Amino acid sequence: MSRLLLTGNGAAAWGARLAGVDYIPAFPITPQTEIIEDIARWIDGGEFDARMVVLESEHSMVTAAAAAAMTGVRVFSATSSQGLLYAMEMLYTVAGWRAPFVLINVSRGLASPITLEPDHNDIMAARDSGFLQIHAATCQEVIDSVLIAYRLAEHAQVRLPVIVNEDGFYLSFTREPVALPSAAQAREFVGEFDWENMYFRAGAPESQAVAVLGGGPYSYFRYQMALAAQQALLVYDEIVAEFAATFHRAYDAVETYRSADADYVFFMIDSFATKAKDAVDRLREAGWNIGLVRPRLLRPYPAAALRAALVGKAGVAVIDQNIAFGKGGVLHTELLSALYGHSDMPPVVASFIGGLGGRDIRAEEFYEIAKVVRAAVVTGVTPPPRMLYTEDELREVRKLQAIAKVERQELRNQP
Amino acid sequence: MFRIRFHGRGGQGVKTASRILGTAFFLEGYEVQDAPRYGAERRGAPIFAYVRAAHEVINERGIIHQPDLVVVADDSLVSIPAAGVLQGLTKNSVLFLTSHENADIWRQRLHLHNPVIVFPEIETSADPMHAKYVGAQCAGAAAALVRVIPRAALERAVLAELSSLDAIMVAASRAKALAAFDWVHAREEVRVTPGTAITVDNYRTPAWMALPFDTARVAAPTIFAAATSIQTATGLWRTMRPVIDYERCKQCWWVCSSFCPDSAINVSDGKPAIDYDHCKGCLICVAQCPPHAIEAIAESTVQQHVTETLP
Repeated sequence: MSRLLLTGNGAAAWGARLAGVDYIPAFPITPQTEIIEDIARWIDGGEFDARMVVLESEHSMVTAAAAAAMTGVRVFSATSSQGLLYAMEMLYTVAGWRAPFVLINVSRGLASPITLEPDHNDIMAARDSGFLQIHAATCQEVIDSVLIAYRLAEHAQVRLPVIVNEDGFYLSFTREPVALPSAAQAREFVGEFDWENMYFRAGAPESQAVAVLGGGPYSYFRYQMALAAQQALLVYDEIVAEFAATFHRAYDAVETYRSADADYVFFMIDSFATKAKDAVDRLREAGWNIGLVRPRLLRPYPAAALRAALVGKAGVAVIDQNIAFGKGGVLHTELLSALYGHSDMPPVVASFIGGLGGRDIRAEEFYEIAKVVRAAVVTGVTPPPRMLYTEDELREVRKLQAIAKVERQELRNQP
Repeated sequence: MFRIRFHGRGGQGVKTASRILGTAFFLEGYEVQDAPRYGAERRGAPIFAYVRAAHEVINERGIIHQPDLVVVADDSLVSIPAAGVLQGLTKNSVLFLTSHENADIWRQRLHLHNPVIVFPEIETSADPMHAKYVGAQCAGAAAALVRVIPRAALERAVLAELSSLDAIMVAASRAKALAAFDWVHAREEVRVTPGTAITVDNYRTPAWMALPFDTARVAAPTIFAAATSIQTATGLWRTMRPVIDYERCKQCWWVCSSFCPDSAINVSDGKPAIDYDHCKGCLICVAQCPPHAIEAIAESTVQQHVTETLP
């Protein structure tokens, strides 16, 4: 095992290489493109024995990925943002095929307006597709999660596709020290793809587009997907226990950081959670009993583990980097649904929305969030959801709007 | 923790500079984080990159708000507010500029009381984009200013990060980086000290506000002007350049221009001409031309030719 500097995208590509992937259907999109560039270069240089095909869209890319997986080869692909949305019809469809493969999503905010920078509305759109979701907070986690994801996707008790999510920019283009598993250890851990009864061949066609009317048969298939996703919780725990024994890195479905004795916790996912860790350290230095709870698995949702992590806490600050228009933060909604009706759950679960389109959440804001939650615990009144925004940010927008207004008038006055 | 920001223009090697410094720290046993922030993703546009280095695990992420060192590859950026060169400078932050003007002028002009170092040995060229080694120089200077990176580690980092370039470029970059390193080391008076995190006892309360409601008349993101895309030179994305051989061109006047997905081939007087400002190099015209009159030439070959013929 060697330690080197890798970006999140470099780590994702290494994950595919170490997992012994056979086939990579691809389509470029910022900030994902470096993943397929790395893989293309390795294949071209004879360092990676796999086949890459560039499709004409993400819709076709996901179709090709799943169709290839159904022939019994190991498949990897990657996309982001609008690409994930363009593939959305096929995400739902191929999860229904029970096609096991791994897709990286490099999180990026959605149009409109357009941005290249990250938030989680793209991955949240795939929440109910049947793909399982592992969310990485560091470049190390990206590579390790890819290996774990193959075990999970291909497991006979699961057999569902898995998305590994990494934040654009904050991971995708950020180099960090990464311990690279040895090829032999990685291959031994991931193992051979046992394709069971999957035997789709050009010469032996099968139909995956089965029509089932009447509701009963349809419900059977959909419920079975739900049961398999639930089953994946138990399977995940087994896989990460084995991973920890081999590689000495623990990836519980829910990461807890200094939260065991904490009264207050930050609750968030992906790479900004390491910023929360930093805030926890600083707040602890100042005498606060505070920690972090971070689900790594979002699908299946580790409800019991989250309750175990949050039982007896006084207040939780849920920080969502997504926004469901007309509702609020998705993590907040889901967490409340997991806590409600169980005893000794935190009385204050406050919602904060921030980090949209790459907008930073600064250390000062974490400290302030902690104060808001503490005040709410004292008064017993949960504050309304807060969309993090400062006076300076609005002043900047107002300035741009003023310029736009003048330019528009000038354009209209042109002959 | 060391928090260092590099500012320059896309194409000047600012990302490479951050990687050289990151690798040099890493070789010295530091935990490291380095990243570019592209913004407009185009040549010549302001970009910055940053490096964090510490002996413990780094949990901070994203833009560095309070840098210990700011390295500026192109002094014309200082006056561009959007480039954010001076953002978050504290009284201890060191400002390193490559410039023809001296440190006192910069200190007065910017009303700074910080240590300012000006590196005068910059490549002379009318176009700052022709400066090939400014990135390597900035990396070398930064490695010297932190005073914890030995010369040999910088050298190894340069070689590691530039391994994909040709031998001449690597040798020249190495020499430039080491020269800048030595130049800084000969000036003992300035050293960059690792800063501390923004603490709970000492921070500026964020001026949060409840965002007021605006109607869609105001709040829809609309550009009320047409054809603004012409102003974007997408031709800079090209890696292969189609070149028309007019000896072979039958002047059929429509095949290449009709197939061009970017409308980058214009026909006037029956003669097609490629608009290289907007041709992205997809080479569909090369494939479609019936008399095979369009050739594809690697853009790197063209650029090399241009470089060699420079005065």
